[in-house]
Amino acid sequence: MMIDVLPPGVVLILGALLVPITSGVARTIIIMGLPLFVLVLIWQVPDGAAITAPFLDYQLTIVRGEAVGRVFATVFAIMSLAGGIFALRQARVLEIAAAFLYAGSAIGVAMAGDLITVFVFWETMAIGSTLIIWAAGTEAAYKASMRYAIMHLFGGVVLMIGVIGYVMTTGSVDFVHMAPNGFATWMILIGFLINAGAPPFSAWLPDAYPEASPSGAVFLSAFTTKTAVYVLIQGFAGTEFLIYVGLYMACYGIIYALLENDMRRILAYSIINQVGFMVTGIGIGTEMALNGAVAHAFTHIIYKALLLMSAGSVLYMTGKRKCTDLGGLYQSMPLTCITGIIGALAISSFPLTSGFISKSMVSQAAADENLMFAWFMLMAASAGVFLHAGIKFPWFVFFQKDSGLRPADPPANMRFSLILFAFLCIALGVYPAPLYAILPFEVDYVPYTVEHVVKTLQLLLFSGLAFFVMLPAMKRTLTITLDVDWFYRKLGTKLAIRLVNNCSQARNVVENIARQRLDVLLMKVSRNYGPGGFMARSPTASGMMVWVLVLLAVYLVVYFL
Amino acid sequence: MINPGVHWLQRPETIRKLWRWGIGVLAVTAMLDLFLTPHPYFMVDGTFGFYAWYGLLTCIAMIIVAKVLGIFLKQGDDYYDD
Repeated sequence: MMIDVLPPGVVLILGALLVPITSGVARTIIIMGLPLFVLVLIWQVPDGAAITAPFLDYQLTIVRGEAVGRVFATVFAIMSLAGGIFALRQARVLEIAAAFLYAGSAIGVAMAGDLITVFVFWETMAIGSTLIIWAAGTEAAYKASMRYAIMHLFGGVVLMIGVIGYVMTTGSVDFVHMAPNGFATWMILIGFLINAGAPPFSAWLPDAYPEASPSGAVFLSAFTTKTAVYVLIQGFAGTEFLIYVGLYMACYGIIYALLENDMRRILAYSIINQVGFMVTGIGIGTEMALNGAVAHAFTHIIYKALLLMSAGSVLYMTGKRKCTDLGGLYQSMPLTCITGIIGALAISSFPLTSGFISKSMVSQAAADENLMFAWFMLMAASAGVFLHAGIKFPWFVFFQKDSGLRPADPPANMRFSLILFAFLCIALGVYPAPLYAILPFEVDYVPYTVEHVVKTLQLLLFSGLAFFVMLPAMKRTLTITLDVDWFYRKLGTKLAIRLVNNCSQARNVVENIARQRLDVLLMKVSRNYGPGGFMARSPTASGMMVWVLVLLAVYLVVYFL
Repeated sequence: MINPGVHWLQRPETIRKLWRWGIGVLAVTAMLDLFLTPHPYFMVDGTFGFYAWYGLLTCIAMIIVAKVLGIFLKQGDDYYDD
């Protein structure tokens, strides 16, 4: 047993318990102070194992200091601060407490040194995130949370199977790099990929996140998929298979986001698109690619949270979430509109925003490795990001037609977090050095060359042209687009109903046959035993005398024989 | 002819102006390739204005793919409500 530092994740989880029992200023101090305190703790953890504990025959490394995990833990802490401020006055207490539980366990995963600790925090995350969805308090949210929880518990089981198999074959619980070369490691990889939103298990994300409260979706966007990115980097960097998974996710996210009408579902699909870039980088696995994946996860959490805060503000002020109901909000919500646009530019990796200095590292790595297919796909996906998130989201929410809605900007605490994250998006884009300094490998990359800026502008501006040229084809309709969840929401239900119907029909047939047989039997019984039946007849005295005589005669005969 | 009831961004003359300026900016960005020596990774990306036409064409392609997919997969948004 060794305890050198306070465990940052556990501190945040315990802090979550303080949220419901405090109120007023004390709660505000906890919500704003605790993430900062945890951030300090994260940077107190020295390299190597910092907290170990024996468990059964194994030595758990509950906290481990290491470069990649530290970057993720850092951005998770920043996220819980900004999310906490955004949710401060409007969200239910349950939601904020659940968010801290969720964020704390995400930090726990990012700093865990063994698979058992990873698994425990992994499952705690599933609980925390499900509670956040519950906090929305609607029927739709409850149903979505159940589907979400089932999917994640299933993923947890797959992961557990993998972990047990891995520990049995290697004899070690240490969470180190592995290759998918056996049943156990494949199970671990699949368990990780389910949380990353990889196909075919991606529909849980756009199904559940948009049902959360305005602030709930902000928290949800940050942790689950990015811890999955983290564990994939640690466990499976350089697994070629992941390049194709990532490219698929990047394209899938765009296509579905283009078809979507609900503004937060657009952003949910775009999470999968962005995680696709990271997963591709992990698959490429070079130092440049991994730096890119880590940096992109960092910047992505911030601009995606900003976008969802912007969308959340619109939802909070108008109660509407469909593009068909929205439009023209720039007139009365200037701050929400401008910060939303900053987030949209950042996700599109416009020069001078955070996305520009992170995403390009992944495509640069693809070019360096001569991965032509991957490179062309990444370029197309980069253009598509501008199309579906960079323009589509702000256009249909804030411009488009005039919906007649004139909501004001959201309350002060929400405005503050919008400004904070918009500032970070630009600050990281203008001055990436601090982020580059904490990346796992030395950064040998200069984002701001004339060539790179011009190429990016060409790519993005002409994507913008495509959007406006094709605008009639982009017209929003009151529709949803069927995804893989159709299989368990519709086909599964249909099959279940059919099964029940068939079973009850079969039961009816069996019951009818049984009933007919029983009726025949009953008829026979009642013929003999019923009133007037042979056995129920009351015999006459003389008749009985005859029978007694017969019996006596038989008895005599037998006796003498 | 200025209609005071309409926000300046929604006036037709502003929109016309935006289009004109937008196309101007696009042309300038594409023309910047004249001053750059291409460093292609894979041949074709060294062609003139590669990023411009690649961005435009792939985006149009993605919208068309989405449209076609939509024919099969789009449902009314109360589809899952029972």
